This record gives sequence, C-alpha cells and structure tokens, in this order.
Amino acid sequence: MAATPILQPVERENYLNKEYGAWSWLLTTDHKRIALLYLLSITFFFFIGGFFALLIRLELLTPAGDLVQADTYNKLFTMHGMIMVFFFLIPSIPAVLGNFLVPLMIGAKDLAFPRINLLSWYLYIIGGVMMMHCMLTGGVDTGWTFYAPFSTNFTNTKIVEAGLAIFVAGFSSILTGLNFVVTIHRMRAPGMTWSRLPLFIWAHYATSIIQLLGTPVIAVTIVLVAAERALHLGIFDPKLGGDPLLFQHLFWFYSHPAVYIMILPAMGVVTEIIACFSRKRIFGYHFVAFSSIAIAVFGFLVWAHHMFVAGISVYSALVFSFLSYAVALPSAIKVFNWTATLYKGSIHYDAPMLYAFGFLGLFTIGGLTGLFLSALGIDVHVTDTYFVVAHFHYIMVGGAVMGYLGGMHFWWPKISGRLYPEGWARLAALIVFIGFNLTFFPQFILGYMGMPRRYYDYSHMPEFQILNVLSTAGATVLGVGYLLPMFYFLWSMRYGKPASDNPWNAAGLEWKTTSPPPTFNFDEEPVVIWEAYNYEELDAPHEEGVPVAK
Amino acid sequence: MSSHSTSSHATSSPLKMYFAVFTALLVGTALTVFAATLDLGPFNAPVALAIATVKATLVALFFMHVYHASERLTKLVVVAALFFLFLLLGLTMSDYATRALS
Amino acid sequence: MQNNATSTVAVHDRHGEAHAAHNPALLHHFATEEQQRNSASLGMWVFLATEVMFFGGLFCAYLVYRRWYFGDFAAASKSINMWLGATNTAVLICSSLTVVLAVWAAQTARRRLLIGSLILTMLLGLLFLGIKGVEYKEKFDEHHVPGASFSFDHEEIPGHPGQYANPKHAQMFFSLYFVMTGLHALHMIIGLGIFAWLLTMAWKGRFTPEWHTPVEIGGLYWHFVDIVWIYLFPLLYLIDRHK
Repeated sequence: MAATPILQPVERENYLNKEYGAWSWLLTTDHKRIALLYLLSITFFFFIGGFFALLIRLELLTPAGDLVQADTYNKLFTMHGMIMVFFFLIPSIPAVLGNFLVPLMIGAKDLAFPRINLLSWYLYIIGGVMMMHCMLTGGVDTGWTFYAPFSTNFTNTKIVEAGLAIFVAGFSSILTGLNFVVTIHRMRAPGMTWSRLPLFIWAHYATSIIQLLGTPVIAVTIVLVAAERALHLGIFDPKLGGDPLLFQHLFWFYSHPAVYIMILPAMGVVTEIIACFSRKRIFGYHFVAFSSIAIAVFGFLVWAHHMFVAGISVYSALVFSFLSYAVALPSAIKVFNWTATLYKGSIHYDAPMLYAFGFLGLFTIGGLTGLFLSALGIDVHVTDTYFVVAHFHYIMVGGAVMGYLGGMHFWWPKISGRLYPEGWARLAALIVFIGFNLTFFPQFILGYMGMPRRYYDYSHMPEFQILNVLSTAGATVLGVGYLLPMFYFLWSMRYGKPASDNPWNAAGLEWKTTSPPPTFNFDEEPVVIWEAYNYEELDAPHEEGVPVAK
Repeated sequence: MSSHSTSSHATSSPLKMYFAVFTALLVGTALTVFAATLDLGPFNAPVALAIATVKATLVALFFMHVYHASERLTKLVVVAALFFLFLLLGLTMSDYATRALS
Repeated sequence: MQNNATSTVAVHDRHGEAHAAHNPALLHHFATEEQQRNSASLGMWVFLATEVMFFGGLFCAYLVYRRWYFGDFAAASKSINMWLGATNTAVLICSSLTVVLAVWAAQTARRRLLIGSLILTMLLGLLFLGIKGVEYKEKFDEHHVPGASFSFDHEEIPGHPGQYANPKHAQMFFSLYFVMTGLHALHMIIGLGIFAWLLTMAWKGRFTPEWHTPVEIGGLYWHFVDIVWIYLFPLLYLIDRHK
C-alpha cells in the first residue's frame, strides 16, 4: 500500500479546515466538530474500560485469585462497568454519529441548541475527569450497580465522587436527548415529513425519549445515595426502616431503559447500512419506525426483571416477566424487517455490511438469551452467573459496538473526506467477530454450569478454567480487532483516498453534500421530494448524472 | 397570523382569566387546609390530592398556556411526562402492594 | 404601542422569512424567528418533563414509606408547621400570577409592568425561601433533623392515643421532607437566578412584543416549581391533620 500522501488540489472549505487552532475546536458550536470532540473522548474511555476488562480476564485465566486481591478485583469490574456504560456506550453512537448526522439527515444547518450541545460535551468531560480522579484515588468496589446498603453504609470507597461523576455525565446525556427531540421536531427541511425520515433518525428520537425520561431517575437516586452516605438518612438502610429494594427499583427504572439507549442507535445504524448494501428500501418502514418508539416505551415497563430473586413480590415478578417478553417483540420485528430487506437484495460485503451482519446474528443471540432470563424459573438458576454476563455483552458488544463500528466505517468518508482502506477494515471486522464470539460464547456455558459473576477466585470449581482461558484468548483477539481501526482511520486522514460526496451511492441527505460537509452543511437548503431509501432511483440508469425518471 | 406561539389570542381578556385562575388557586388552597381538618375516613388523602391536581391543572392549562397551545405537541409532552411518572409510581407500588400476598 | 427595544424592530414577514440583519436575536441556524421561538418553547417543555421524573423518584420513595409507616408519618407530619406551609403555598400562587403578568407585560410592551412583575416574583420567591428557613430552623430546634441529634420520642400517633410513633420511621419522614423540600428550594434558588437575569435583560429594554422568549420559558420553569410545591404541601403537611 502506497505510503506517500496523495496530492490534491486546494481543498474546498469544509467544517474541518474552516478554522484552525485549539480554541476553534474547544469553543465550537458546530455539531460536526462537537461530534469529533466526543469521538476522541469516548475512544479514550473505551480503552480505559477495555484495560480494566483485560485485567479481569487475566485474573480469570487461573482458578485461584492470584493476580489481584479480592477488593481490587471488585474495583476492576466496577470501574469496567461504570466506564463502559456511562462513558462509552451511552454516549457513543448518539454523541458521535447522532450529533454529526442528525442535522445533515434532516436537512438542517445545526442542532436546535448548538451551545447546549457544546455544554453537553463539557459536562461529559467534567464527569469523565471526576471519574478518572475517583479511579486513580481508589475507585469504587460496589459493582456498576452500586446497590444499597453496601454502597450507602458499608463500603469505604469513593461512592459519592463516582456518583457525582455519573450525575454530571447523565446531565450531558439529557441535554443531548433534549437537543435531538427539539431538532427533529422543529428543524426538518421542507418536504422532510416524518415518513421520509431515515430510520436512523427515528432510532435517535426514540433513544432521546429514554435519555430524557429515564436519566433523571438515576440522577435523583444518586442524590439519595450521596445524602445517605453524607447524612446517614436511612432511606435505603433496613436498620433505619429503609428498603434496599427501593434503591433497586429506582436504579433499574433508569438502568434498564439505559440498555435501550445503547442498542437503539445501533439498530438505526444497521438499518441504514443494510438498506445501502442491499440496494433496497427497508422492508416495512413504518414497522421499523414504530418499533423503535415501542422499544423506548416498553423498555420502561420491565425493569424489575433485574430483581426477580431480590425479594420483590412474586405477583409483581410475574407481571414484569410477562412485560419482558413483550419488549422482545418490537426488536424481533426489526430483525424480521432487516432480514426481509436482505432478501433478493444486491448484497455488497463492504466493511460496514460485515459489521451489520455481525450485529444481526449476535444481537439475535443476545436477545433470545434475554428471553431465557425473562423466564422466572430459568432466571433463578442463571441470575448473577456468567450467563447474564454473556447475554448483555452479546447485546452491548456484539450489538451496540458492532453497530458503532459499522457506522463509523459507513460514514467515515463523510466525516473525514477520506476513504479507509477496505481490505484492512474487512479483516478487522472478521477479527472482531471471531474474537467476540471466542470471548463471550464460552461464558454462556460457564454461566449455565454455575460460575457466578463478580468472583475473582473460582478454585472451588477448577473445571471452569478451560472455558475461561478460551474467553481470555478471545478477549485478546478482540482487542487486536479494536485496535486496527484506530490505526487505519488515523492513517486514512492523511493517506486515504479522498472521498466523493457519495462513495457508497447511498440514499439520504447527508450524501448530497460534500465530504466533508461545509460548516453549515448544505450550500442551499434542501427540499425533499423523494421517499427514504430510494435505492431504485439511485441505481436506475442515469443520463448525465440525473436518474431517468419513471 | 399571531407571532406568539403560546399566548392567548386577545390582549385584554387574559387578565380576567389570570385573576380568575389565581382566585381559584387560593380558594383551592384554603379548601385543602379545611378538608384536612375534617374526618373523611380513607378519603382525606385522595381529596387533598384531587384538589392539588385541579390546582396543578389550572396552572398548567392557563398560566403555562397549555390550553391555548398552538400545537398538540405541547400537550403530548405533558401527557408523556405524566404517563412515565405514573409508570414509575404504579409499577413500583405493584411490588410493594403485593409483597404481603407472596 | 411604545417599543423600548434598543435593537431594530423585527420585520414581520407574512411568509415567515425574517431577515437576520433585522433582529439580532435570530440565531443563524434557524430559518425563522418562529422556528427559533417554537424550538425554545419545546426545549423548555421537554426539560420540564425531565424534572417531573427527577422529582418523581422522590415521590416514589415517599409513597413507599408513607404506606409502610403511615401512623409514624402522620405523627411527624403533625409536627411541621401547617400554617407556614399553607402560607408558602399562597406565596407561590401569588408568584405564579406575577409571572403570567410579566409575560403579558412583555407581550404588550408594558415595560414598567414587566419589570415590576419580575421584581415582585423574585420578592415572593425570597419570601418563600425565608419562610422555609423559619420552618427548617423550627425543625432544627426540635431535633427533628435526621442525624445524630435526631429525637422523636413520645409523640402520639394521631388517632391512636397511647401509641407512640417509632422514631426511626419518623426520621424517615423527615429525611424525605428535607430532601424533597430541599431539592425544591434549590430549584427555587435557580429560579431566582433565572429571574434576576430576566430582570437585567428587561431593565436594558431587550424584550419586545416580537421577542420575549426568555420571559416565556423562564415563566414555564417557575410555574413548574410552583406545581411541585402544590403537591408537596398536602403530601407532607396534611397527613391525618383531623385526628
């Protein structure tokens, strides 16, 4: 592969070269620049969280707890969870791809509140700095779920600081959701009706609803935990008449919908990719659109399935079990629609599509195993085992992260104006897929066999070792797969082929402007007169660049 | 075409309406206190909350201009917030209310 | 209609195409002032929805424990000053009136009324906080503040002579009382900050009938804080008062 920079004629002005200098980035209100600020930040936290994962997997190579002490191990899985959930997964697609693409896809010049968008990033950074400081000065050992009364009464670790960090980051999430909702309602270009919106937008709209209505509840829960620690209030302390389960209710009221914050945007990405690389409009557009909203609403109805064995009433558990089955329906609808879109499509196996295929299979496995967990009888056996760990990693990593990577590849030409090297990208996708399955599939078996989660020492069950070794080996492969894009994306910024406006010949307004776009997105305000995913028109024979009209 | 998205349509009649709502709110407050001194059996709390709900509705509809809102979207946002609030309260209470039965 | 705005008058265009040069308040990424105003309004309403859920978590906790410890809560509720609470309710209702008057004044270019209403709103807010402070001091003096020096001995459960409230459960009431009213007071203080800013802008004559969005959305926030109190008052102050 040639390493000499490709010379180009003088560049058009775009959002990247319009201004130079640190302040032009740190004080920007351009949603595209803010998206890149987020990209750098979440990538940083991804590797921090990944580092903790590596230490966890290293410890679990041997049955004995011989790498770290028990308390340290508690901190490792706690910090891994907190960083990955609050500082990587929840912002990832919305804050990077959403911020970049929402205005472009609807034909707007920016989000409704650009300064609030910048504030949102600063809040995220402040939360992140607080969390880093917390980790470096001792960290937290409660698990990312910081259950009371351990978190309120017994642990000596830095709960309040971690809680405040999450509170601040949560506020960032709320503001992003607020911006998206108002933008999608108010700033669509003429002709961009709700039924013409890309499904990526519907997905982000649904995600925003969850961010807005769920996050405040965990925020107030954190306030209560902090108050309890500082003032010994006893709201969750049984000795003072409190109920630890109340904490769990309030915590999971947000944290379950939070997982839909993590997966819905990825579903939106996958929809865009599958349509483009099958050269077909999405099958059942309205079903997919409304299923996104349904997931957002139903997702709020199921939280106590995290509490089946915690002591809630059996009748309540029955209700939540039933509702947990119901929430699988809209997700299943999406899987059917994606599959139907692929049927008789003209499939292209570019890297984004490889990630989308990976998503389809892995999300399906993760989702189905969620149904197992929703069954009360099964849950009694596999709750708090590696079965649960495998389930949610299939969705969050096999689903959300694959969706994120697929989206980064798909829109990289638009974001950077450069093409990434396709060969390396396909290789990386394959490595990620193999590494992922090697890491997490054994964990289903481990959980089924009874290996508890959050244990640093399993020497009483040495037969678990072989599967743990496989899992750790897989994690190493996965790590390589994640590192590769770091390198070739960076490489492409200098040496990649310049991208045309629409290298994929994809549908969507974002492809009708330059790569990279100008600061105000479009030279002229677009007027939309076509339906979404008009691939038939895009692939129809052209005369002088204009589709031959039907 | 009115340039105000949330104002009422005439300029003098809102004052009458605002003072009427204001009076109703004060009367409601007095009523709440008075009802609290009566023995209404199990209905003390429901009555107090009902009066509070009427007051809150008046504030929302007339002081916050939801009644005259030019879009249904405003009303949808209010309804959605209340819906999710009741979800939180209701489903949580479904656990607490049935624990004794388990 | 006197227009005291220091900026140039906005052009009303029937087709909604305001020209940015005419009204500096129009931000560049919006096509029209109406779009900008509608966006700000929707943004505030959506934010208030998040606030509903924020307080909602506390109401949930309150509901759970009130059901569990009703008698103890009733005894604790009896010890907080209902008249101060009722007065505060009336104070906030008055302040909501002054807020709508402020909005109306901005809509109709009544600068003096606008400034007067904003000032009055803030004074009423300060009065609310002052009365709250008196209440808190009362609780502090009676050792009803949760913590090491909390005591709630020998307080009869209303309607059950001879039965005394469990101090631990009464402390639960006070924990929730202080957290809920404290958070509410914090929102009040933030509201005062917002209104101070509105007052400054109004004093400088920045609001016109064509553009007074901050007054409208600041008003929405204030009304929301009032509505929270409308619920807090009966829930906290009026448990079994008749007994």
